[in-house]
Amino acid sequence: MARPVRFNITPKERDHQSHIGVADAPEGFTGEGFFTTKLSEVVGLARKNSLWPLPFATSCCGIEFMATMGAHYDFGRFGAERMGFTPRQCDMLMVMGTIAKKMGPVLRQVYIQMSEPRWVIAVGACASSGGIFDSYSVLQGIDQIIPVDVYVPGCPPRPEAILDGVMALQDLVERESIRRRNTEKYQQLMLSYGIQ
Amino acid sequence: MELTNEHIKTRLTEKFGDQVSDFVEPYGMLTFEAPKGLNLKVLQFLYDDPELRFRFLTDLQAVHYPENKERELAVVYHLHNLTDNVRIRFKIFTAIESPDVYTATQLYACANWMERETYDFFGVNFIGHPDLKRILNVEEMDYFPMRKEFPLEDQTRIDKDDDMFGR
Repeated sequence: MARPVRFNITPKERDHQSHIGVADAPEGFTGEGFFTTKLSEVVGLARKNSLWPLPFATSCCGIEFMATMGAHYDFGRFGAERMGFTPRQCDMLMVMGTIAKKMGPVLRQVYIQMSEPRWVIAVGACASSGGIFDSYSVLQGIDQIIPVDVYVPGCPPRPEAILDGVMALQDLVERESIRRRNTEKYQQLMLSYGIQ
Repeated sequence: MELTNEHIKTRLTEKFGDQVSDFVEPYGMLTFEAPKGLNLKVLQFLYDDPELRFRFLTDLQAVHYPENKERELAVVYHLHNLTDNVRIRFKIFTAIESPDVYTATQLYACANWMERETYDFFGVNFIGHPDLKRILNVEEMDYFPMRKEFPLEDQTRIDKDDDMFGR
């Protein structure tokens, strides 16, 4: 069956008003000239829509990420327009590709240099579990050295899958309590990785 | 005069007699063997001889043959005569209990990292090497991963315990 032609046959009128995506306001109480809501929801909303990604790309998943950043998939739609290539400015570490054991301390150092709050996405089979490289030289998943928030499966994952992972992370970020990073449980998690 | 395999073989036999042996020519590349104590003498001769002039060390690595008792580890030198564009392969064998081989770093500076790599993966102890330590693997590694008794798979994993995964 032929694919129905849907694209570019009826170009839309340019409309600068309704094409701009705006995040929905959190639940709250609205009156005339004021709006009240919880601070944590505002902070969550702000963090969610202004993630600064730090790409740590070592192999083919990095190529897929380049496609994700490009115009077609447009990673910038999610408020993550700007890649920061210094860990000190970024809060979303995206590990893409095989991490050799010798690379492990480097990755750990990059994670330690990021300031709180920080999140980690393991993109692809190698970063998540070592993938096909069940070998003496390859780290069997980056969660052996740093905590991971979202795993994206695939070898390599398509750009849609990476975007799905980012959206899953956005949900985590939105719902995260602003006190989470100070809790005992979080300190224990960091200590279990020997960080701090 | 063209430098033929036959001529190289004759020169080596004149110099070292029976000690160089097992001349073969797989795919036209002259390959021979010598006792491991003689490796530097043979290399020096191949380097200095005005006709042979093997002044370039293309590659150096080891092979593990667990079934060859007392000669489990082979160290292989690939040499290149850049003037006549002729390549040869030179092997020495050593027992795995005492993998001590003289270093070629004094003759070929590029042997430095190649010998470190060979040490890293096969545990060949190059006597006289200026800085014999691991080069590619993590420094904490406590075995030589290319030796055949060590399985390829990462033994620290516990979630893949299937026979399919070699554990």
